[in-house]
Formats: sequence, structure tokens, C-alpha cells
Amino acid sequence: METFSGYRRDDGRIGVRNRVAVLPTSVAASAVADRIATDGGPRVTATPHQMGTEQPEPARRRTERVLAGIGRNPNVGGALAVELGTEAADASAIADEIVADDTPVETLSIRDAGGTRGAVERGREAIDSLLEEAARARFESADASELVFGVECGGSDATSGIAANPAVGNACDRLVEAGGTSCFSETPEFIGAEHVLAERCVDESVRERLLECVDRRESVADLMGVDLRGTQPTPGNQEGGLTTIEEKSLGAIAKGGTAPIRDVVDYADPLPVGGGLVVMDTPGYDVESVVGKVAGGAQVIAFTTGRGSTTGNPIAPVIKVTGNPQTAERMANNMDVDASTVLDGESVEAVGERVYETLLSVADGDRTEAERRGMAEFAINELQPRELASLGDPT
Amino acid sequence: MKGIVLDEAAVLLADGDTVATAIADLEAGRAIETEDLPGDRTVLEVAEPIAFGHKLAVTAINAGEPIAKYGEVIGSATERIEPGEWVHTHNCESNRGRGDLAEGSA
Repeated sequence: METFSGYRRDDGRIGVRNRVAVLPTSVAASAVADRIATDGGPRVTATPHQMGTEQPEPARRRTERVLAGIGRNPNVGGALAVELGTEAADASAIADEIVADDTPVETLSIRDAGGTRGAVERGREAIDSLLEEAARARFESADASELVFGVECGGSDATSGIAANPAVGNACDRLVEAGGTSCFSETPEFIGAEHVLAERCVDESVRERLLECVDRRESVADLMGVDLRGTQPTPGNQEGGLTTIEEKSLGAIAKGGTAPIRDVVDYADPLPVGGGLVVMDTPGYDVESVVGKVAGGAQVIAFTTGRGSTTGNPIAPVIKVTGNPQTAERMANNMDVDASTVLDGESVEAVGERVYETLLSVADGDRTEAERRGMAEFAINELQPRELASLGDPT
Repeated sequence: MKGIVLDEAAVLLADGDTVATAIADLEAGRAIETEDLPGDRTVLEVAEPIAFGHKLAVTAINAGEPIAKYGEVIGSATERIEPGEWVHTHNCESNRGRGDLAEGSA
């Protein structure tokens, strides 16, 4: 049996890290949250983001849902929600959601603490007690079936579809076979490949939801009177040899593997443990897309890149996989798995096995290159008012 | 590797594909010799320099015809493309997400 050692939470879920998260409710609290996390040491990470203190109601709900989801991620052993005190997003409401999963949580208002200096001092005290509580988690052996694995791609080129994505897809298949959950997303990158995915949905309702998500993303382009080709494939993708959105999509979906699609969930919605292959409706912007899956409970992310990427995440370790031999060489200290060997004749299955072994060893505590370098990007996908008005409220 | 490697120069990903992906920087004039080309041909001459990761036609494609990779349509040819020519944004366009072609848009 494939096992790893992790942190057992009171609700039964297993974390692969034991972090304390500092969650600002708006951009106004982000710098203070960052400072509190820096002072708190390596086990404390902040999620600074750019959401404003005022947001339209559905956008505010999304911000709260993402932050609460991050706090509930099993890798989080304690959370501190920090607000300026004037935001629409409510730190107490976020804390209530997080504590519902038995995760220790505190809130802090910069206004009530007497400004930034007082907030940093109070934050330090809160962190001390949260670190103590997090340290009480039982460290024990867990089964691969308890893993929720999110897969992402960024900086794609032609090798992504030939080598890195099929290898990660093979690892997804292995995890699903072992009883775990794999999740892939980035709906704009289903355009032109949705017919392939639709055939793999387990039933008609899942199929309809998948096609609706793709239609909605494509109609945003139509509504705005723009040619999606202006942004997809990106200029970088094009330099790497990708010509059309269809070509990019057909390569991108390979990272989800070949298992049946069991469900389609909204951005940042909870991902089921032991749930097979699940699609999440996220934007193509990789940092926001990763955050959506981590808010949904993914403990580990695999991130494929052709042209190179350094990105990480504050809560989930991010495993970098490249299929491009130049990137494997030039950015060796940012890459965890070299899948470019596929171009030399190594089988996709063999590289997939290496990705899967890396997933288990990272779950077991091995640090990824992004973790070693302190890479921890965070961004929340904001609903745009025009998008809301034109398309209805997808929340 | 997924697909068929053509003379260590390019990979043809599925049966019926009209383009292959270069797995090395290919020089103009290079002869790719292989039994795995569509039709009866066993030699494909690279018509122009093609960078690693970029595509070349393995068969003639007429303007307006679909271009196939991964066994699926990835777009349409905007002009006639001869075997061995580079296939990219200058001669292949997407059929999807075309807000620019939507009724009423500028």
C-alpha cells in the first residue's frame, strides 16, 4: 500500500504540511498579514491578495469563500484572519467557516488593535497560540487514497502536450486507481477539446455542467467582441510552437489523465476525498487557478511548464514538471521532475511513475524546489461586474 | 513517447495528423527519411527553418482545410501549405473563441 506520514486533523482529514495561515480580508490588510507571517517563522505563511475593501456582493462572497477554503485546507493547522476593519468581507464570517472544520482560528482587526504596530504585536501573540495548537496534530501514517492532487499548467509550449502533461496525467490515473482524488481545471483551456472531455463524463448531468462551463467562458470572448486568439495561446505559448487555442487545449487536458470525469465543481468549491477525477471551473490564469484548487482542499499541486515557471503556493507544495529539455537545464533549481526524457524515448508511463513517486514523497514531507525557495504566490479570481451582469451569477 | 518519432526530427502524434512537431531545431533542406509518413512517401524535405516545438506539414493542406494534431482538428489553413512547410499562426487559424467574427462586432 502506498502511504505517507501527515498531520491528522480533528475532522479526520490529513494534512501533508502543518502550517499556520494568515489570511487578510482585503489588500488593506495584506501587508500587515505578510509582516505577521514573516515574524512568525517558516511554518507561518500569509496569503496577501489584491481584493478591495468594497466589492460587489457576489465578488465579496467569492473572496470570503476562497479565504475560508484556504483556512480549511487540511495542510492548515491554525488560521488568523486579519482585517483592516472597514472591509465588506467579514473576518468573523470567514473564521466561523474555518472553525466549523475544527481548525483553530483567531481574528484580528487592525483598527481595533490601534493601527499596524499594535496589529503586528497582537498578531504575534495569536500566532504563538495557533502554533501551539497546530503542534497538537497527530503525526501518523496515511493512505494515498486520502490525497487530493491538483494539477495545473503554465508557460506551456509544444512539449507540455507531448511530455509533461501526459506524464502528470499518468500520475493522476495512478492516484485515482489508488482511490484518491485528482483535480484539473482551467476552463478556457478546454475550448476546442471539450468534446473529448464530454465523452469521459460519468453521466449526462456532469457532461452538461462541463459543456456549460466551456460555453460560458467562450461567450465571454464573444460578448466582449474580442478574438480569443489575442490572449490564447499567449505570445509565449506561440513562441513555444502552440498555434491555436484548440491545440493548446488538446495538450492541456492530457494533464488530467484518462480516468472518467466524476464531477464538475465551481471555483474554490470543496473537492471530495476519494473522489476520482474531478474538474474545477477556474480561469486560465495559473496562480488564481491553483488557489481555487487549494481552497477546495488540494494538499499537493503538480504544475507543468514548458517555457518555465517559478511559482509556488503558501499552503500546498507545488511540484514542477517540465517536458522541455532547455527548461530542465536552464531552470534546474526550479524543477522537481524532468519529463523531457520522454523526447529521448523514456515512456510516458515511466515518467508518470516518477511524478507519482514525487507526489508521495512530497506528501511525506520532502520539500519542493518552490518551497525551498520560499515561492508562495497567491491571487483570488475576482468576478467582474460586466461578467456578472451578462452571464448571471456563477457563484 | 506518445506517437511516432520521425527520423529523430519530429513526432507525429496520431494517425491522420497532417502536422508533426519538431523535437529538434530543423534546418531548411533537411531530409526526414521514414516509412511512417502518410501516403507512399518515405522522405519529407524541411522547406524552411523550423524551431524546436513548432510544427511542419507532413502532407499538402489546401486553404480552408482542417489541420489535425493529436488526431483532432486544431484549426484551419489560411493558405495552401506544402509538405515540409512550417505551420503556425501565419498560415493556420483557430476556429474557436472568435469574438472577432461574432455578428455585430467591429
